[in-house]
Amino acid sequence: MIRLLHRWPGLAGLLLVALLAVSGAALSVFPVIEQFAAPRAAAGLSVGDLAARVQAEYPGVEQIRRAPSGRITAWWFEDGTPGAAVIDPATGQGVASADANPVERWLVNLHRQLFAGDTGRLVMAAGAGVMLLLCASGAALIARRMGGWRRWFGPARGGPAARLHVELARIAVAGLALSALTALWMTASTFGLLPDQARAPLFPATTSGQTGIAPNHIAALADLPVAALRDLSFPDPTDPADAFTLKTDRGAGYLDQGTGEVLAWTDAPALSRVTDTFTMLHTGRGAAVIGLVLGLMALSVPALAVSGFALWLAGWRARPRIRRNASAGRAETVIFVGSEAGSTWGFAATLHRALSEAGQSVHVAPMTAFDPACYRAAKRLLILAATYGDGMAPASAKGFIERLEHAPALSGVPVAVLGFGDHSFPAFCAFADEVAQLLTAKGWTELLPPDAVDRQSPQDFARWGRALGRTLGLELELVHQPAQPATEALTLVSRRDYGAEVQAPTAILRFALPRAGFWQRLMRRGFARFQAGDLLAVLPEGDAVPRLYSLASGSRDGFVEIVVRKQPGGLCSGQLVALEPGSTIRAFIRPNPGFHSGHGRAPLILIGAGTGIGPLAGMIRANRHARPVHLFFGLRARESDFLFAEELAGWQRDGRLARLTTATSRGPRPYYVQDALRHEAAEVLTMIRSGARIMVCGGRAMAEGVTAALTDILAPAGLTPAVLKAEGRYVEDVF
Amino acid sequence: MKSAIAAFALTSALVAPGLAAARPVTFTTTLNNYGGDGAYLVLYLTDAAGRYAGTLWVAGGKSKYYDSLAGWYRATGGDPAQIDGITGASVGAGRTLEITLDLADALFDAGYVLHVDAAVEDMRDSPDDVAVPLTTQGAGKPTPGRRYVASLKYDM
Repeated sequence: MIRLLHRWPGLAGLLLVALLAVSGAALSVFPVIEQFAAPRAAAGLSVGDLAARVQAEYPGVEQIRRAPSGRITAWWFEDGTPGAAVIDPATGQGVASADANPVERWLVNLHRQLFAGDTGRLVMAAGAGVMLLLCASGAALIARRMGGWRRWFGPARGGPAARLHVELARIAVAGLALSALTALWMTASTFGLLPDQARAPLFPATTSGQTGIAPNHIAALADLPVAALRDLSFPDPTDPADAFTLKTDRGAGYLDQGTGEVLAWTDAPALSRVTDTFTMLHTGRGAAVIGLVLGLMALSVPALAVSGFALWLAGWRARPRIRRNASAGRAETVIFVGSEAGSTWGFAATLHRALSEAGQSVHVAPMTAFDPACYRAAKRLLILAATYGDGMAPASAKGFIERLEHAPALSGVPVAVLGFGDHSFPAFCAFADEVAQLLTAKGWTELLPPDAVDRQSPQDFARWGRALGRTLGLELELVHQPAQPATEALTLVSRRDYGAEVQAPTAILRFALPRAGFWQRLMRRGFARFQAGDLLAVLPEGDAVPRLYSLASGSRDGFVEIVVRKQPGGLCSGQLVALEPGSTIRAFIRPNPGFHSGHGRAPLILIGAGTGIGPLAGMIRANRHARPVHLFFGLRARESDFLFAEELAGWQRDGRLARLTTATSRGPRPYYVQDALRHEAAEVLTMIRSGARIMVCGGRAMAEGVTAALTDILAPAGLTPAVLKAEGRYVEDVF
Repeated sequence: MKSAIAAFALTSALVAPGLAAARPVTFTTTLNNYGGDGAYLVLYLTDAAGRYAGTLWVAGGKSKYYDSLAGWYRATGGDPAQIDGITGASVGAGRTLEITLDLADALFDAGYVLHVDAAVEDMRDSPDDVAVPLTTQGAGKPTPGRRYVASLKYDM
């Protein structure tokens, strides 16, 4: 619901809100210029003295006005000609032209009313309303994504567009909301919808009949500081019935031109203060620095608009059109989809197509549509569920848990749950797990054990598909390609072989860096910009599903390096390990920002086993500024599969690697990285206390062992791996 | 070019004889290129004693700015009842406001003075930008204004 309140107003108001923001940001510069350029009144100066000084300089003065910025302008009429100037309050002399800046006036007219009068004002006010709605719904979405308001500034995860959107928004949202709210208030005030106007009272019927009092002898002006002045109009000295008109921030009234007596006065209503403050905050006039800050925040809006649009477009493109969807009542297999951004729908469509081609009748529906009473012909239910943020139900699964709780289990209709998630999130597939547990608790039978697809991995999905096929007695080959970028040809330049002796043939493969196209260089995408920890997606000969390998190099190294271990019967790893220098593969870069070493001076604890050393070695190679790095490396036997042995020794010498701890598992006393961690628990804890970031790369069993060891190590400090994960200080790349 | 026709009612005495003693009068107000936003203008009459007699037209829709039309505002307090049905949009710099009203003959050559007060955002207020007696002889002759108004003329 909140997402809809963010998406559709955002798409509808995209250009208008961006126009408002950009013009507003440009306008925020003028008050700063004005504040520095205009001479300022001394703190103790009274309006009476100011008026007397101006009158001495310009005997024909008719009006003195003080702008909220503090600029004082006087207008006079002498020898039949009107004159005007910005006044130096210290002397009463004109120092600058009073003419409005035409650029500023043009911008104000654009920003306020699109050059279209009241209609334009209403359109722009609607834009401000959209902005306010986007701020509120966006803030709620960020809180949900981060796992609560208190984690507002937690690490932003996800793709580049999503991260940019979140990073900018959570800084700018307060300023944008303030600008939008004050804009709406000012519009209401302009249209007279608020009782906030300080109106001059009715003009007095009688005056003293005298003329000629000097302004500095009028008590009401002598006691009034210049900062409180809005406007002082001088009377016609030839008309004794005329009077001074005074407007201040407190009200408005008339002063006798003979006696200086207050002839009539009305106080400004209390709300006028609110309007004044809001106007000051919105325009920056009188608060130039605040205005400039709001202007800077407004500059984020075009980037937010572009990234937000890109996010929506990506989700919309990924959402498949399910063809020939069987009706809910007739389908043998019902597939439920819980998707946030839409990518899970793509997997569901592939599953639907494969099952339909195998002769099944299949119905696909969002999890929100779950209604067991409808599925009269169902033989099985398949639930494909993503997780949103900190274990929440994704958009198309809202309310599913409640529906499931209140529905009786269908007997003879087993269910399989497949979770979709990102291992770098602390609550990996937490929603799918919750669904699976509730199904068991409610007495549903299990078709397949719960499984998970990490980061849209086509292999994970294909593996689950084969398991499903075996259960159904079908040959089920699920080939799902989430929108795949174009591949490049990579030429192998060198290979180093390890591990033959320990039955783990492994190779470090180094490919030449392909020339990046103009667009890639411009957008810094693909092979133009990657770093260790990103993924190389390799398309093996004879298969359309890419295999992902962690990169052991960055684009700055000038080559593409991966570490591959030959898997028994593995199609892709077999082809890679058999490559000879000069031969080529087809591949593309899949960014993996969740597993970057990041900037900063905080220590890094790198933990890897086997081929998991690859990205970690790449990070050490890139550590040119000698950030403290402690590497824990698990291998089988030093003499056989000590990958990167020479480089690691060199990096230790030149300061890129502070400390190396190896753990060898072959031999009379097997020793694993988790054992090495426990052995050096005190030092590890010290590093974590000084802000260290932990990065783990390797097999699932190793990662679980590391988590268990760290749980024990962190306990004395009152920390847990989950806490570090939530802070983005404990990240895993597990295969 | 602004154009409007409104039945104009001053005090009841002035309109008492009915339309037979009235005639359409066209007021043409041309503004200078003063380099600012649209001007608020008010056209109103004072009688031979200098007392406010009635409002002919207000150009500018937002009552919150009416107190900048100082001379007129002093007389009326911006009373909405005085200007019901005789308001229009503000007038841009260099543009012309043309309004046609049925005025009682008794208003001419009787000491009545036509005033134009003008005000522009972020610029000075200009009460009595023009003040010209209503006479049958003065009809068709443009009168220059002081600040925002380039010229004002009325035709019968």
